[in-house]
Amino acid sequence: MTENAPLTKKDFSSDQEVRWCPGCGDYAILAAVQRTLPKVGATLENTVFISGIGCSSRFPYYMNTYGFHTIHGRAPAFATGLKVVRPDLDVWVISGDGDSLSIGGNHMLHVLRRNVNLQYLLFNNQIYGLTKGQYSPTSDVGQISPSSPYGSIDQPVTPVRIALGAGARFVARGYDVSKQLPDVLEAAHRFQGASFVEILQNCPVFNDGVFDLITDRKKGPQHQLWLEHGQPMTFGKNGEMGVRLNPQTLSAEIVTLGENGITEADLLVHDETNRNIAWLIADLPDVKALGVLYREDGPVYDESVRQQVQMAEERAKGADLKSLLREGHTWTVS
Amino acid sequence: MSDVEKANGTASELPRELLDSVVIRFAGDSGDGMQLTGMQFTTATALMGNDLATFPDFPAEIRAPAGTTYGVSGFQIHFADHDILTPGDAPDVLVAMNPAALKVNLPELKRGGLLVVNTGAFTKGNLKKAGYDTNPLEDGSTDPYRLLDLDISKLSLNAVAELGLGAKDAGRTKNMWTLGLMFWLFGRDRQSTVDWLEKKFAKKPDIAQANILALNAGHIYGESAEMPSGIGVYQVPKAELEPGEYRNIDGNQALAWGLATGGKLASLPVFYGSYPITPASSLLHNLAKLKHLGVTTFQAEDEIAAVCAAIGASFGGAVGVTGTSGPGVALKGEAIGLAIATELPLIVCDVQRGGPSTGLPTKTEQSDLFQAVWGRNGDAPLIVLAAATPGDCFHMAIEAVRLSTKYMTPVVLLTDGYIANGAEPWKLPDLDAIAPFPVHFHTDTEGFFPFQRDPETLARVWAKPGTPGLQHRIGGLEKNQHSGHISYDPDNHHAMVKLRAQKVANVAKDVPEATLELGEAGGDVLVVGWGSTYGSIRQAVQHTMKKGAKVAHLHLRNIWPLPRGLEDLMKSFDKVIIAELNDGQLLKLLRAELLTDAIGHQKIAGQPFRVSELVEMIETHLPGGSDARPSAVA
Ligand code: SF4
Repeated sequence: MTENAPLTKKDFSSDQEVRWCPGCGDYAILAAVQRTLPKVGATLENTVFISGIGCSSRFPYYMNTYGFHTIHGRAPAFATGLKVVRPDLDVWVISGDGDSLSIGGNHMLHVLRRNVNLQYLLFNNQIYGLTKGQYSPTSDVGQISPSSPYGSIDQPVTPVRIALGAGARFVARGYDVSKQLPDVLEAAHRFQGASFVEILQNCPVFNDGVFDLITDRKKGPQHQLWLEHGQPMTFGKNGEMGVRLNPQTLSAEIVTLGENGITEADLLVHDETNRNIAWLIADLPDVKALGVLYREDGPVYDESVRQQVQMAEERAKGADLKSLLREGHTWTVS
Repeated sequence: MSDVEKANGTASELPRELLDSVVIRFAGDSGDGMQLTGMQFTTATALMGNDLATFPDFPAEIRAPAGTTYGVSGFQIHFADHDILTPGDAPDVLVAMNPAALKVNLPELKRGGLLVVNTGAFTKGNLKKAGYDTNPLEDGSTDPYRLLDLDISKLSLNAVAELGLGAKDAGRTKNMWTLGLMFWLFGRDRQSTVDWLEKKFAKKPDIAQANILALNAGHIYGESAEMPSGIGVYQVPKAELEPGEYRNIDGNQALAWGLATGGKLASLPVFYGSYPITPASSLLHNLAKLKHLGVTTFQAEDEIAAVCAAIGASFGGAVGVTGTSGPGVALKGEAIGLAIATELPLIVCDVQRGGPSTGLPTKTEQSDLFQAVWGRNGDAPLIVLAAATPGDCFHMAIEAVRLSTKYMTPVVLLTDGYIANGAEPWKLPDLDAIAPFPVHFHTDTEGFFPFQRDPETLARVWAKPGTPGLQHRIGGLEKNQHSGHISYDPDNHHAMVKLRAQKVANVAKDVPEATLELGEAGGDVLVVGWGSTYGSIRQAVQHTMKKGAKVAHLHLRNIWPLPRGLEDLMKSFDKVIIAELNDGQLLKLLRAELLTDAIGHQKIAGQPFRVSELVEMIETHLPGGSDARPSAVA
């Protein structure tokens, strides 16, 4: 391989045997990431994958980049420390619904609101896979699992709403086997700041088919609202469905074009920079908004850290450790 | 000539009684500004050339209900014309700003000691809140002392009346009035406090002026008012300190500066992740000011994020540091284990306080020794160091950086509330004389694997992200000792546990051998201490040695691994006493490790040892004492 030969998907695959269950959605996500990296010009040595604990968190071992498989829920904190001292690195956080929304909820909140420049991929399979199938914070009410034999009574959370509420400035959604997933990842990578991507992921062992409605090849298009900035929100096989703002309830509702005189002009137009719109479409009944829900530039944490250091250095005017020790009152004993 | 100079000129004309050392305790309500008063007295005293040690003692509540005994805040300073190591036992002088302060502190004032009382605060209500049925200033309670009772509340109000301040602001100047009086009594210069007030209240010049007026008024009062008999002015001559440049320093400041210096010596940036906690917060405050010296601070969302971010920084090639107190260390345990498993440098500063749980946040204790040495899941060894004095925090912080980066392992550095907040004059170290220990990152791709080791230290290589060709993955799952790949192999796990232990054990070869601070091997009694009890134990041993006892003092800075030569030294004594501020943690560790027949001496009161109580204790163990070992049967 000559030095300048473009990298390929294969270059980003490590020599480790991938150990997810056959048919696990994680395989497709791994492939999508490995396909995306060469496209965005990533290098092997400057890319770092940091994960917590869970099935998804095995991810770094399969990447021929730097990787850190840390502890449960804390990956965002490790990534923050790393980015602060090494803003030159391209950092990806890999996490799951349990890792991010149960044990690590606090850290996800803070890495997003600080807008640390990294990509945050949340693999949502609505179940605890690694610990053998308990319900998770995204499981539906009624989910039967070893720890909820009579059905889960916990109200589930909507990950993208948590992200929006935390102040995330890039919020997107995709699903494991989607052809567009690399595009979503590319957009996340391009964004300067914390890019949050929820990836719906099928766990064939403990929660098989939980997203079938959305991801099924035939029925799926009726339930996938792919977003495009500046375009009216339409979906369905022939674009016959749409999303309209109900001015009475201030909520988004699904409508069929042509019915009751509804035309495209009645539909919500997607504005990525509008947090309220992102919120409205984050949790539509039986329909998943996909692609970039929200994107708005803002101060980047690691950048601000650097600016403060620079400012402090300028103000210090060459003060060093020796002058530090002499700050304030000193006296000489002779 | 300024007012201050004039006033100083007058005061210096009075004959001053010579004293070699004085212990003053300032006590008042937590809103009375006693900590500030004490600190200002400390600065002025240091500038006079006295040696000194201080002990701030304040309630956990920021503003406990006014006038109550549990809202009493105290600041003790011991200063002398000779080398001193502790803030002193019983005070010679007590300043009591209200009845509650008197109630709490009077029992400790030396008989015949000077008692300065603000009678203005001795109202019926305050007396009741303090639990007094009768006024102690009138019922003979203060007879054993030399009482100077003044209505400081009123005197300070009068002093600032011309400024027309609100009652609240004017009332707050009484601590400066008192300080002025104390400056006069002990012949201290007011200028450092005037400078400080002008800087602190630069944006509120009337407040600055009020405080300076009150300070001067207190001083002038001393000069001009007739003092009760037995109360005069004093002089404590300069101490014979080693020649050099000095400053006052508290432990957290020294620790912060030591970490910054350690980073420079290692040629690495320092990353400090922390979540505010008493008594470690000022470590974060101090480090946050050092951005120009290669230190980045990160106020994390919680204790766990703080340590994780530090480890992330170490992974990236910085010195990752986190600081906290005992409850925080408990939260960080899992992450520290990860740093042990991934063999990354990490420094955990544990500024200990009373425990368990929230315990006594503002009180000192040495009860995190077990937690530091053993407090993690699995067999998880790391290096444990303990600083002895405020100034020693500087050197131990450097040592922590050196060992952590050389051995690729976490280091827990133990200090405590007592040295973190206590100040002492500190001879500025010669930075050029400290040998640097620059870190060399691994860059060689030839046969690289992440758990490649230095055959001597057993430290693994440090290959940081961004290095071409060295891409690798680390994590908390057990790794194959050669390839670094995940391994569940039973023999490999056994070998890795032993390897991590051996690596930490190797540190003993790299640190000073155990030596006696005082005394000679083979004596009757050896007192072993660690951490902040250094000063009290040393003074107590010195005291008993002077009386001819065969006593010695050994102080541990290396808690884990233990230093070489410790066992032989201990065995050469007839009796070994382990003195510590906990329920016998070092005692149990030494008994387990060295099979030594040591005796424990414990104090678990949230307070440091008094020299006098240690002297008493040592004496009971000396031949002929009540606890002496029965002489061997012939
Ligand atoms: S348990 Fe589920 S999520 Fe985990 S690897 Fe298996 S299929 Fe994938």
